Amino acid sequence: MTWSARKLFSRLNRALLYAFMIVLVGFTALPIVYMISTAFKPLDELFLYPPRFFVQKPTLRNFFDLLTATDSSIVPFTRYMFNSLFVSAAIVVGTLVICSLGAYVLSKFKLPGAGPLFAIIISALMFSPQVTQIPTYMVISGLGMLDTYWALILPKLAVAYNIFLMKQFIDQIPDPLLEAAHIDGASEWRVFWRIVMPVCKPAWATLIIFSFIGNWNDYFTPLVFTTSETMKTLPLALQTIAGGPGVVARSGALAAGTFLITLPPILIFIAFQKLVMNTMVYSGIKS
Amino acid sequence: METNVEIANSPLQPSIRKTRKLKMSNHWKKVGLGYLFLSPFLILFITFTVVPVIQSMWLSFTYYNMLQPARWIGLANYSVLFLEDDIFLKAIKNTVIFAVITGPVSYMLSFMLAWIIDTLKGRMLFSLAFYVPSITSGIALSVVWLYIFSGDRYGLLNHWLLNWGIISEPVLWVTNTKTILPVVMIVSLWMSMGTGFLVFLAGLQNVSKELYEAGAIDGIANKFQELWYITVPSMKPQLLFGAVNAIVASFGVFDIAVAMAGMPSPNYAAHTIISHLYDYAFIRFELGYASAIAVVLFLVTLGLGRMAMKLFSSNDE
Repeated sequence: MTWSARKLFSRLNRALLYAFMIVLVGFTALPIVYMISTAFKPLDELFLYPPRFFVQKPTLRNFFDLLTATDSSIVPFTRYMFNSLFVSAAIVVGTLVICSLGAYVLSKFKLPGAGPLFAIIISALMFSPQVTQIPTYMVISGLGMLDTYWALILPKLAVAYNIFLMKQFIDQIPDPLLEAAHIDGASEWRVFWRIVMPVCKPAWATLIIFSFIGNWNDYFTPLVFTTSETMKTLPLALQTIAGGPGVVARSGALAAGTFLITLPPILIFIAFQKLVMNTMVYSGIKS
Repeated sequence: METNVEIANSPLQPSIRKTRKLKMSNHWKKVGLGYLFLSPFLILFITFTVVPVIQSMWLSFTYYNMLQPARWIGLANYSVLFLEDDIFLKAIKNTVIFAVITGPVSYMLSFMLAWIIDTLKGRMLFSLAFYVPSITSGIALSVVWLYIFSGDRYGLLNHWLLNWGIISEPVLWVTNTKTILPVVMIVSLWMSMGTGFLVFLAGLQNVSKELYEAGAIDGIANKFQELWYITVPSMKPQLLFGAVNAIVASFGVFDIAVAMAGMPSPNYAAHTIISHLYDYAFIRFELGYASAIAVVLFLVTLGLGRMAMKLFSSNDE
């Protein structure tokens, strides 16, 4: 094979690879594209036979239906949206402060007992969170917090993965940088807020995204801890809409609800994608 | 010697001792402050993770229903679980089949896709496209999947297969006990290019270019040798993280199974360990028995996690 023929061959190979990957992307995007397109379908298109993939005459009616029609079920849909938003935001803020502070100590203070504690945190990465659900339920019920926001927020703050991620990142901060600040007379509290946190921006951007998305989509926790309709979050509410009687009449509203619950995680991820990709390098576990 | 004596007798000595004392107290001040900073995490972590694990173990040896105090019954829960509870055995079987297939497949797929994407232009777009399914709500997207796998001829898949003449009548994908679990697996695989995938992508970027150059000199002939001899060994921490993630995710399968097949699913065909746990804990309130299920799940995932750690240990370098 001559040199240029080989080059042509490798070009062809690459073109094939791109084509293959684009087909694969098309395939994985299919359900999401369908979901978006369905949310804007008018009623007659929803029940078309043969089923049609793309919307012909897009309309916002499904969204109005969702916001008004669910009024009849006592709790307006906006209440579920508020619950999801409030709980996810509270967890994000809380876990960010608690886990960053803890990670700073574990990484830089050389505390007695820090080693074993970190080993326990690593172990906690290795089992499903549902394992601890029963005693957690007992604690929450003992504190009289069942069916309150506390039940949804409090157990989600000290997350092993979050402190692990922050510690891996803070480990990269050179000690002399912190010592210089100490010599200038800055307190640990000040060093943490003025030096450690600004340097860790990519790490906490990652933590915010994962924590927000994970809790926004969480189904198990509200399923266990909430009993009243007013405390339910979006995933539960959506399942009620999907499973209750009169599904056919509400399938437009359901499509709109699905769209609304899926959109925020995607937008947040797109906004922070670059920062996240840079942080993930430090997520490796060194054993 | 002489200078030592001199210092010992000099009036400077007390002040040296003082600074040492000051240093010591500074040290303890720092330790105290450290624990103060750590305390919010520590208190919540102990209350909601460490104690619950221990308490689950203790509860698993008792009969407990939240109304009466827990009563010690030894290994009875476990013997019922493994010897008499057919539905649990079914749940274990389903979960293991699910985990053995989707765990490794999603892991390999994440790595291979990350490896290919890393060489392409438009990395960001490709990675976004594969990652997005994992951040959608499984419950929400199940609405779409249920439509795709719908059992009548309105279902998208049935419609296409009928049109192409592959099947002659609609398949009841989510009610037929034979097809439920595969459907749940397909949806889970679709959602599985998650955190592990991102970690792989980031790790691949960080493998030093010099290693590849050195490898080329040492006679590495093709991309696959390069992958095996250079990329994989230098990505052990990321690979371990991905493995742990895949293990936890595949044994924790629950919400997609519930959303696709219902709870309980037809003939328990999509019943998983977590479904069984949820059923006994929060529907029947047999918390002792449910704790035994939790302990089984804990031991299995932690054991596999430890094995992964051994496998990927970077000590041999």
